[in-house]
Amino acid sequence: MAIQNLKSEIENIFMNDLFNLAGKTFTSRLIIGTGKYRSHYEMQQAHKASGAEMVTVAVNRVPLDGKTESFLDYLSPEMQILPNTAGCYDAEHAIRTARLAREALETDWIKLEVIGDKITLLPDNEQTLEAARILVKEGFIVLPYFSDDLIMAKKLLDIGCPAVMPLAAPIGSGLGVQNPANLKIMREQLPDATIIIDAGVGVPSDAAIAMELGADAILMNTAIAEARDAAQMAIAMKLAVQAGRLAYLSGRMPKRLYASASSPIEGAIK
Amino acid sequence: MKVVINDEITEIAGAINLQELLKSFALPSAKIAVELNKKVVRKKDWENVQIKDADKIEIIHFVGGG
Repeated sequence: MAIQNLKSEIENIFMNDLFNLAGKTFTSRLIIGTGKYRSHYEMQQAHKASGAEMVTVAVNRVPLDGKTESFLDYLSPEMQILPNTAGCYDAEHAIRTARLAREALETDWIKLEVIGDKITLLPDNEQTLEAARILVKEGFIVLPYFSDDLIMAKKLLDIGCPAVMPLAAPIGSGLGVQNPANLKIMREQLPDATIIIDAGVGVPSDAAIAMELGADAILMNTAIAEARDAAQMAIAMKLAVQAGRLAYLSGRMPKRLYASASSPIEGAIK
Repeated sequence: MKVVINDEITEIAGAINLQELLKSFALPSAKIAVELNKKVVRKKDWENVQIKDADKIEIIHFVGGG
């Protein structure tokens, strides 16, 4: 690319590299959560700083003491709200939760999460696939969280999920991309699929790595919410996602086992 | 009669429909959803659904999550 005016060039790049998902267009490739913030104000600041246009929310039993407040009032009305099925351990519960979310929010979008184990919070891929199949038939836009497995990704896409959301590492672990080879294989084997990395990012470099590997977007919560300065970390994450995306589009240099001199060997004095 | 609301056994006196039940808990009607015996009841049907003994009701709203 030829650089004339750097600032407008950067804006142009991202305005021309929109993120399309299930018929909607986003300029941001960062999707963030709404959990674990120390205050609603802190969450709002972080959301604003992140530039995210889509946020996840959880479905939960309403308190019956009359003290309920609408958490949704603290979200920017411009945000696409993506309800999740967190806390569901089988397909049936996830499906029921998705139906309730649709009724309450009047949205077909659902982040499908079927957990298989309380310690690791790793997904139950089998139950996820079963739930996804039913929800897609019911007209849901199903965005499934699953273990980073190519074959499962293919099955989820085949049944009609508009994107797949493999984990980088367990939810809330902050361990970063634990299996870059799997993500690279998924990207190479599914060049047209929308791949959103969901869970496990801890620091901006993790987000950048995931994007460099070819992820289309990243969904994160804890890495921002648990940062000492959530809003500042949100900015860092936004920049990392952009940097990783640009690096992916630019094409990285090949990895070599041995050195390759940057300065000419010929002509050096002896 | 006794019904189970959000996993809590609740005593209800007399005939009541779903709409009235929600009102009795001072719940807002927006951004919540209700499931009766594992099936979602559309908002427009709340006033037409009579609560029966041993019904299981789930009422949800949204909280922060990832």
